[in-house]
Amino acid sequence: METEKNDSMLTAAEIAAIDHEIDLLPYKKAAVIEALKVIQQHRGWVSDESIAAVADYLEMGAAEVDSVATFYNLIFRKPVGRHVILLCDSISCYVMGYGRLFAALRQKLSIGFGETTTDQRFTLLPNACLGCCDHAPSLMIDETLYKDVTVEVLDELLSNYQ
Amino acid sequence: MERPLTQHIHPGRPPFSIREYEMEGGYAAVRRALAGISPENVQQVVKDSGLKGRGGAGFNTGMKWSFVPMGAGAPRTKYLIANADEMEPGTFKDRMLIEGNPHQLIEGMILAAYAIQANISYVFLRWAYRYAAQLLQKSIQEAYGAGYLGVNILGSGYNLDMRLHTGVGRYMCGEETALLNALEGKRATPRAKPPFPQVSGLFGKPTIVNNVETLSCIPHIVNNGAAWFKSLSQSEDDGGTKIYGVSGKVRSPGAWELPMGVPMRELIEEYAGGMKDGLGLKGVLPGGASTDFLTSEHLDIKMDFRSVSAAGSRLGTGTMIVLDDATCPVGFVHNLQHFFAQESCGWCTPCREGLPWVEKVLLSIEKGNGTEEDLQLLEMHTQMLGPGNTFCALAPGAMEPLQSALKYFRADFDDHIKEKKCPYSHADHLYR
Repeated sequence: METEKNDSMLTAAEIAAIDHEIDLLPYKKAAVIEALKVIQQHRGWVSDESIAAVADYLEMGAAEVDSVATFYNLIFRKPVGRHVILLCDSISCYVMGYGRLFAALRQKLSIGFGETTTDQRFTLLPNACLGCCDHAPSLMIDETLYKDVTVEVLDELLSNYQ
Repeated sequence: MERPLTQHIHPGRPPFSIREYEMEGGYAAVRRALAGISPENVQQVVKDSGLKGRGGAGFNTGMKWSFVPMGAGAPRTKYLIANADEMEPGTFKDRMLIEGNPHQLIEGMILAAYAIQANISYVFLRWAYRYAAQLLQKSIQEAYGAGYLGVNILGSGYNLDMRLHTGVGRYMCGEETALLNALEGKRATPRAKPPFPQVSGLFGKPTIVNNVETLSCIPHIVNNGAAWFKSLSQSEDDGGTKIYGVSGKVRSPGAWELPMGVPMRELIEEYAGGMKDGLGLKGVLPGGASTDFLTSEHLDIKMDFRSVSAAGSRLGTGTMIVLDDATCPVGFVHNLQHFFAQESCGWCTPCREGLPWVEKVLLSIEKGNGTEEDLQLLEMHTQMLGPGNTFCALAPGAMEPLQSALKYFRADFDDHIKEKKCPYSHADHLYR
């Protein structure tokens, strides 16, 4: 029998990870951000069903969980691609040519900010200052930081992420 | 020249393991303090050292600690938090300190926690610092293994736990009380003060939040004393060294540990190598995005809290962003206001509504659609979103570069309006 994937149920692994966080805190609700991180780590993003599941588990209202989830820009409330590009759009990168990088990425991937390529390979997001202003412009792909990025190296950079 | 904070930081070489750090004198300050310096005396030496908060506010660190209730009547649980949510645009000093020497931060945290008798400590680290997260995770484990964390540390009877919390974005998390809300699993909106966090902070318990650079200074102060720390400085009233940074179109952008109070000219012309060929210096944000512009006429001021304030700006984080004469100041300020409008937490109306308005007006001017009235509108916002009119310092901080841009670069604003276009030729200035 085929097992149906059910977003409204937390898996045993998710529950274990959330419980680990709850143990460190004075009350359950305080673990909500950690719980959302756990969900995103396992599921890639946080759906409405996932919000409801977290709310049930932490004995909170779904709207309350969603108010937290939607506050933080690195909790994804929409599906993202296999790889997420965070392009720094803050001031030092702006001065050093972030605009050229953005134009090149938009052209190469045919997506703008907040969008995902049709093959689900990349999601492109702007990000506030990545804190490597002496090597601007910079971007992150998934968990890796790239410094002094030029338009010329983008093709090679992207080819490492399939 | 002594560089205590960065003496063991060498680009291209991994940071010290706990063993290497100990061999160079690491954790000696923790050993000394726990063996016989009272918490009150640790507070006192830090107060006497003239160490001021390196996150930007510049409040005396020892003084901040002294507001925490101490003694038998104090709450049993107290917290010490390292603010490693570095997200002020143009600021990259805490990343260097954590990636370069994580044990120095941990040692500083243990000393600070001991000074206020906290039993739980957190590093609040922004998500984007992935390598720093790995290093901290490993280093905290090493410190537990060596007996510097946990129960009955070095047989002193003092207990301290340390946890790494990685954030999920938002500039607001760097604001001390918003950070506490984020750690409690809430939206990162600021809290009303009083009560101050020293009395009622995380989960209602006495809490100290200190910046990474501030905490990294503590082991050196405990080891070498207040007078030594003061002697590191070229400033009259601020102790220590400072991690200064320069970014923008200079020849060698970077960060350097230098005596507090080094002149701005020395930083830009010597350490950063001066402007790139063919470019002139038009303005400087001396301490991050939320500080007032200074110009070439201010190059000889000392980079300490009082001198930069006297010149009409703030030392802030001490990491400056240079505006060159080929970059459009209107586009530059628009980029800053885009950031602040996006990062406003929405808690109070002037900030939530005012900043997007400012951003839109600036974009309209940059695109050549601005009018004389728009400038009056911007001037009005610098008053209405200024100090005292908003819940926290985000919007007043945002107004600092705007009000000073309107003062120093007024001709550029006027030209955009007169010529109905941006007079600068660079191709990438238009936002998005």
